[in-house]
Amino acid sequence: MPDTIFALSSGPPPAAIAIVRISGPAALASLEQLSGPLPAARLASYRTLRGEDGEPLDRALILWLPGPKTSTGEDMAELHLHGGRAVIAAIESALAAMPKLRRATSGEFTRRAFVNGKIDLAEAEGLADLLAAETELQRRSAQAMAGGALSGVVEHWRERLLMASAAVEAVLDFGDEDDVAGLPPDFSERLEALRAELAEWLARPRAELLREGFRVVLAGPPNSGKSTLFNVLVESEAAITAPVPGTTRDVLTRAVAIVGVPFLFHDTAGLREATDDAIEAIGVERAHSAVANADLVLWLGPEGEGTAEAWEIAPQSDRHDYRAKHEFRHEVSAVTGAGLEGLRKDLVETARLAMPRPGDAALSERQHHLLGQAEQFIAGASAQADPLLVAEHLRLARVAFDALLGRTTTEDMFDALFGRFCIGK
Amino acid sequence: MHSFDIIVIGGGHAGCEAAAVAARMGTRVALVSFELTAVGAMSCNPAIGGLGKGHLVREVDAFDGLIARAADAAAMHYRMLNRSKGSAVQGPRIQADRKLFKAAIHRLLAGQPNLSLVEGEAQGLELSGGKVTGVTLGDGTKLRAPAVILCTGTFLGGTLFRGEERVEGGRVGEASAQVLASQLRGADLPMARLKTGTPPRLDGRTINWARLDEQPSDGEGWTMSALGGTRINPQVFCAVTRTNRRSHDIIRANLHRSPMFTGAIDAQGPRYCPSIEDKIHRFADRNSHQVFLEPEGLDTEMVYPNGISTSLPSDVQLDMLRSMDGLERVEMVVPGYAVEYDYIDPRALGPSLELRAIPGLYCAGQINGTTGYEEAAAQGLMAGMHAAASVTGGEAAMLDRSNSYMAVMIDDLTLHGVSEPYRMLTSRAEYRLRLRANNASSRLTPLALTAGCISTERAEWFTRRMDARQRLDAELDRKVTGSELVGAGLPVRADAGRLSLREWLRFGGVELDTLQPWIAEEALGDRGLAEELAEDAAYAPYLARQESELRELQASEELVLAQEFPYEAIPGLSREMVERLAAARPSTLAAAGRIPGITPAALAALLVHARREAA
Repeated sequence: MPDTIFALSSGPPPAAIAIVRISGPAALASLEQLSGPLPAARLASYRTLRGEDGEPLDRALILWLPGPKTSTGEDMAELHLHGGRAVIAAIESALAAMPKLRRATSGEFTRRAFVNGKIDLAEAEGLADLLAAETELQRRSAQAMAGGALSGVVEHWRERLLMASAAVEAVLDFGDEDDVAGLPPDFSERLEALRAELAEWLARPRAELLREGFRVVLAGPPNSGKSTLFNVLVESEAAITAPVPGTTRDVLTRAVAIVGVPFLFHDTAGLREATDDAIEAIGVERAHSAVANADLVLWLGPEGEGTAEAWEIAPQSDRHDYRAKHEFRHEVSAVTGAGLEGLRKDLVETARLAMPRPGDAALSERQHHLLGQAEQFIAGASAQADPLLVAEHLRLARVAFDALLGRTTTEDMFDALFGRFCIGK
Repeated sequence: MHSFDIIVIGGGHAGCEAAAVAARMGTRVALVSFELTAVGAMSCNPAIGGLGKGHLVREVDAFDGLIARAADAAAMHYRMLNRSKGSAVQGPRIQADRKLFKAAIHRLLAGQPNLSLVEGEAQGLELSGGKVTGVTLGDGTKLRAPAVILCTGTFLGGTLFRGEERVEGGRVGEASAQVLASQLRGADLPMARLKTGTPPRLDGRTINWARLDEQPSDGEGWTMSALGGTRINPQVFCAVTRTNRRSHDIIRANLHRSPMFTGAIDAQGPRYCPSIEDKIHRFADRNSHQVFLEPEGLDTEMVYPNGISTSLPSDVQLDMLRSMDGLERVEMVVPGYAVEYDYIDPRALGPSLELRAIPGLYCAGQINGTTGYEEAAAQGLMAGMHAAASVTGGEAAMLDRSNSYMAVMIDDLTLHGVSEPYRMLTSRAEYRLRLRANNASSRLTPLALTAGCISTERAEWFTRRMDARQRLDAELDRKVTGSELVGAGLPVRADAGRLSLREWLRFGGVELDTLQPWIAEEALGDRGLAEELAEDAAYAPYLARQESELRELQASEELVLAQEFPYEAIPGLSREMVERLAAARPSTLAAAGRIPGITPAALAALLVHARREAA
């Protein structure tokens, strides 16, 4: 018998209302204990919730949702409370005191939904993204994944790959009998068509862009105006609250959304190329790797010395000693604000083009890697003369599809996946 | 009262291997058969090996089994199937002289210490406390043993069908085990019926051979057994004829007289070896099918027409035969027939082929739903080894899908069950690049030695082979530059650098033969060994990738699901999933993943539950 779990499932208090969800075999008993006789299933009703001593804790809207037709597949209850911290704390401690009830761990509601067959692995990944989505673009992409867009497509590819495998296997196992002559004449064409479809998905922008933001690195020598520009770009925008992995105070990284598009700005301020200072040397190395991983580099230094794809920015246009570059993408002054609107607009348009379109299912790094493998194996199959090796390439592509669909389960993958959920989702 | 360690019921390919391996492992074995003279009979086609099947024969041989050695003693025609394709799918196959094959089996069994042959009908299993304790024979004799292996073939509840005729029996002219069958049916085991068939036998003197295409023996030197030495028998040729429109018309006009179409037989027959009436019914668009005419022996005129197994009435069979080229005046010696027999759903067996419901009772061969001598022999070997290990408290060899076709077959049987007679195919083995017919000794003999399945003669041979292997391995490590190879006329780039001979073998156009100038001649003495190492080198990148794939699977292989794993109590498992899992009782999470229709969600539920149990 699994434990019954509960968690605050709405955002951080205080808020107008707070929703606590309970899932598991003791959901019904706990709801009864709090609210007295149960309302009809799936009908909201307004009740007084009481503690063990009979003292009222809150007046709340409650829902009783019998399994298995619930999001976790188990019996569930929902408490829509007044959203003050004290109320929530009181209800949570009342629940925690009940037998067989405990607080949910990270991702546990979704994990139960997955375990109970309510969602598959790709859907679970999409749901994780959906719950973490902080911008409209992120939400719509995650929505498409959680709806099973990828699973459906991969299932279809897998079927077609199986047909191709069957044709090769027939040649291998029955080729010496006169019933099977050889591979069908359009065998290579079909494989190529399948490979091309995979390649098209692979060419799509990756989900990480949406989750982590479009990486913009400000680069240039010290005192070229990077920090000022950085501050203007990030401070005028609402900072995204979620901490970005790997962010430390010495590396200046800020996540912001500009008109709904997620950005991650990196400032490489104060770093000289040659330094004897060991700590600063580490900083220089970090600046280099930030540039290497950037989706876009804004180059504020001497003309032509930035990386090949970098935008030439002519900064500090307000200064009395300002000398414009011969050719630049933008001329700006962080102090007067001149040129900033144009830069922002250009950044948003560029980032939008690089990102999954709203509503498109975007691939995560893991999915991209596996799909890339499948595509390579299918391409490799066409290049083989020996049907035995054609078959082996197709088998390897199948293994990659299976991993995408979660057919080969390894604990590591589950842990990594479910570790991403906030508690209570 | 006679007491043994192991009693084997049935003297076919499964029974003989089971008895012999158990005796090699030092247990006292009784082999019980209706008729001792029938032990080692080839009841259907006079051939051993083929695609997938040849692999099984070599694997049984790697455990020092009988079938490959008996095949060599009887071989009168050799053919390497799929010769033009990659070596992993090449299948050695021989035509055997039936008498010589049977004689070789008798000789090998007679020379095997610890093994007694007992003539009689095994009529009843003796059970005590749910466990097997022995067998009662038709004459009332009781044999005691803690382990019994059922290798009953088509004799368990066997019924023969030919046209309107219907006879109880497992083979034409022989009785079937009806009493034992009814005891097993009463034991509440999951049992059902399967069907198989055999073609008519022809008198070769009445065949017009001159009209037909000949298929000669291949003239190469390979043998079925690693200990085969040289080919000993004179080689004969087979011939090929075909069915035609007239033959098909004859069959179609008489389909209503075939027991398969009248409803007399409703059991499922093998998809891979259909009867001729089935072929004509299912593939109506084909107007011709190949028929191989295979001699049954060196001193007999009997010929086996491979490809036309049938249960049509005798007069229709003769008409059909005479419609074919070269068979215009043919005489039938024995008409073909179909056999329907009992089998036990192999999902009731554990990986050792022991019935979960009756400890001590093992099953091998057609009783488990398979078809074919080779499949039977391999299961017999496995059941015999496990039974002997269990009686002596020893360890059986650990086989899995990555090291043998035998394990692939047993895994398939015990997890999937069967819906038709199971035949081995190379496509069933996902790691088939590793599992070649020509590397069976390297893969399995070390495991077989540890398990105690190997006699002195083969153990000594294997030591010599390992020495030779080491020598050749060292030779293949020799580094040679691209320009040296170009100098010898090989199609490589001169600037490709210095690589070992082993690495060069991966390049197109570089073969072992073309590298001979750089290899000491005495290291190439064993041709088979040299080919094996050359193939390992050529397939190296693929083999390495499979290795890493296997390592990734290791975690799921190590997650053990207990026999009493409570599938029905796991939340979220649908009724269908519970039924599939409870029927097969997979031993690990990885095995559960191989059961058809098991969804990722179900696997995840198992994983989570198993881990919670372990915590």
